[in-house]
Amino acid sequence: MQEIMSGNEAIARGAWECGATFGAGYPGTPSTEILETFAQYKGVYAEWSPNEKVGLEVAIGAAFAGARSMAVMKHVGVNVAADPLFTVSYTGTNGALVIITADDPSLHSSQNEQDNRNYAKFAKIPMLEPADSQEAKDFIKLAFELSEKFDTPVFLRTTTRVSHSKSVVRIEEPVNAADRTEIRHLPLKYVMVPMNARARRVEVEKRTQAIREWAETFEGNRMEMGSPEVGIITAGMPYNYAKDSFPEYSYLKLGLVHPLPEKMIRDFASKVKKLYVVEELDPFIEEQVKAMGIEVTGKAVFPYTNEFDPGVVEKAITGKSSAPSVTLQTIPPRPPNLCPGCPHRGLFYALNKTKAFVSGDIGCYTLSYMKPLSGMDSCICMGASIGIAHGMSKALGPKGKGKVIGVIGDSTFIHSGITTLLNAAYNRSDAVFIIADNRTTAMTGMQEHPATGYTLQGEKAKELDFAALGKILGVESVEVIDPLNFKDTTKILKQELQKEGPSLIISRAPCVLLMSKKAAQAKQFFTDPDKCIGCKVCLSCGCPAISWKDFEKTGMPARPDRKKQKGIAVIDATLCTGCTLCAQLCRQEAIMREGE
Amino acid sequence: MGGKVTSLLLAGVGGQGILLASDIICKVMMEKGLDVKKSEVHGMAQRGGCVTSHVRYGQKVYSPLARKGDVDMIVSFEKLEALRYLDYLKKGGMILVNDEEIYPPSVNLGEADYPKDIYESLRSQFGKDSVKVIPGPKLASLAGNRRAVNTVMLGAISRFTPGLVREDWKKVLTEVLPEKILEANIKAFDLGREA
Repeated sequence: MQEIMSGNEAIARGAWECGATFGAGYPGTPSTEILETFAQYKGVYAEWSPNEKVGLEVAIGAAFAGARSMAVMKHVGVNVAADPLFTVSYTGTNGALVIITADDPSLHSSQNEQDNRNYAKFAKIPMLEPADSQEAKDFIKLAFELSEKFDTPVFLRTTTRVSHSKSVVRIEEPVNAADRTEIRHLPLKYVMVPMNARARRVEVEKRTQAIREWAETFEGNRMEMGSPEVGIITAGMPYNYAKDSFPEYSYLKLGLVHPLPEKMIRDFASKVKKLYVVEELDPFIEEQVKAMGIEVTGKAVFPYTNEFDPGVVEKAITGKSSAPSVTLQTIPPRPPNLCPGCPHRGLFYALNKTKAFVSGDIGCYTLSYMKPLSGMDSCICMGASIGIAHGMSKALGPKGKGKVIGVIGDSTFIHSGITTLLNAAYNRSDAVFIIADNRTTAMTGMQEHPATGYTLQGEKAKELDFAALGKILGVESVEVIDPLNFKDTTKILKQELQKEGPSLIISRAPCVLLMSKKAAQAKQFFTDPDKCIGCKVCLSCGCPAISWKDFEKTGMPARPDRKKQKGIAVIDATLCTGCTLCAQLCRQEAIMREGE
Repeated sequence: MGGKVTSLLLAGVGGQGILLASDIICKVMMEKGLDVKKSEVHGMAQRGGCVTSHVRYGQKVYSPLARKGDVDMIVSFEKLEALRYLDYLKKGGMILVNDEEIYPPSVNLGEADYPKDIYESLRSQFGKDSVKVIPGPKLASLAGNRRAVNTVMLGAISRFTPGLVREDWKKVLTEVLPEKILEANIKAFDLGREA
């Protein structure tokens, strides 16, 4: 049977088909749907862990117990999980352990463009890389087999285009895998004190050599011989781009990107006149092929940055593009924006008014750095907001009093904000910290977390209480606000900025997407054209539902009584959710609810 | 349809149902025995921003992304978005535009103007017969579901997929859509197909 699946859905399906029973991870585009899909299959355990390090540790535990287990994360998540990663490479796995890293060339939804193939080499862990959904399903099975065969964790690397493109997949039934879980005491293998780790270190090199030899006969590394004029070594999605542009050339398509099959590469190179490596991001394969003493062209003609497409490959190899040249008109950009009714809008509108340095974090709310909200000054990585605000406040001393704020989302706080808030309290920070608590992991599509009260598989859980946690961590001043109440939000911000020592504000209102049903029933607002004086205050909150109608451009009649007025603000009733923020900002009382 | 690969580029704004529409096209093509791939981006890029979906089908498809200058049909679910991807259109390709304006932030703020005369400019650049304007919101309302604009556009697309009949599409729509909204959507599809 055939089905159209995304790469992520295919990975989840493949894992289930081959008897994987365990998955853990943290949501992150483009990896999120892997665990979400896997969690719905019968007989599996899947969890959202608070962060990727915890997720990997949980998955290691399952693998030590003998299960087929996977840890799932986006590329930057591997940075968080790097500590256990480098040492589980030494211990090996007993059961099977697959670590899925979903990279994001072009930074569609990420803060950097790191190439996680480097982790495979760095941590001495083999890495498979599928090129489409069918391969994604096939390779996840291979990854589990490889892990058991060589007693090693195995990486499966996807990129956004593999994870989020859809293609035809052959569906199979799951195997009836026997339960192989049991407690095995293997302290020499699992207790990584120096004397044991030194012994395991030698095993790692032996293992890598064995996998290197296996790679020479691995069917996922295959030659497709066409014209001997040009040979292309490639892996993953770029294989498709190259085949699309140059179906006539010869290919060495690598399924295993670490370790590389040297004999096969030498053999392929000897059969073609001109050799290219087609790979996105770093010259990972190219440098290794060059180190073999083989002449090859890669980054000399291909870009280091951004994902490719067939046109990029064509232009790099031929030096020109076959596309007709079209002059594009300059048109207004359409950047992503906070949704109408988003509670973050109220918080960041108020933050902008404080004129403080706002150290931000990763989530939908990062979008508030853009005009007109302009409510954020920095964003580095998950959890960084609190540490950066604390460090800045300490460095500034009295000059920074009341001028430094750290803002972090609820899920992000749980991910990596707790230790850093503890640090700020312990070291007597003078900054204000805010948890923008919208009761979900919104950016990645509404995942549960420890403060939502539900698990990934829908079980009721104990809700984490942020206010109580703040107190336990040592923050004495803790306030809870409704960010859509502008007056109170401004008052509390002012009050906490003036206080000595660290403060914690929990800005609590559910994500508008969680409220969609209720929002649809709420009464929408409209502007009264007689009362609107065209001051644009409501527009300054950046709500997509409010737009400016210029009298002259729209042909609307000007106001004879207010000669300076150039237009009015209009609210789109189909977008308005009735959040009330703009009505609170309007000093003319020109914004009101239908029927009031 | 034969040996060549056909490429569609669906463009619009988050929330317009573009991803569901491209899913449906893929399923229709797969059930006709064709190879099919599609590609789009999720996550941050989707929050009220531009959404595009590349759909490619034929006997064998490698890349889920079309290259510039190789798209057979641009289907723009929003008027202005049609202009953003014109460099993808093949010589002699078609442009379908849903007659609906959704203002980007800079236009809402009064800092930029929504381009005027979009249809005239498209027609003068690509030829009158290459540009087809579909009154999506009007037809969707007529069908009884204002949100069914994406199905209206599917109907419009279906006019340009040789080898497929109405029943091929109807079958997939029936499989994919909830029963509650099916009737209105079939009607929306038919109105789009006749538009």
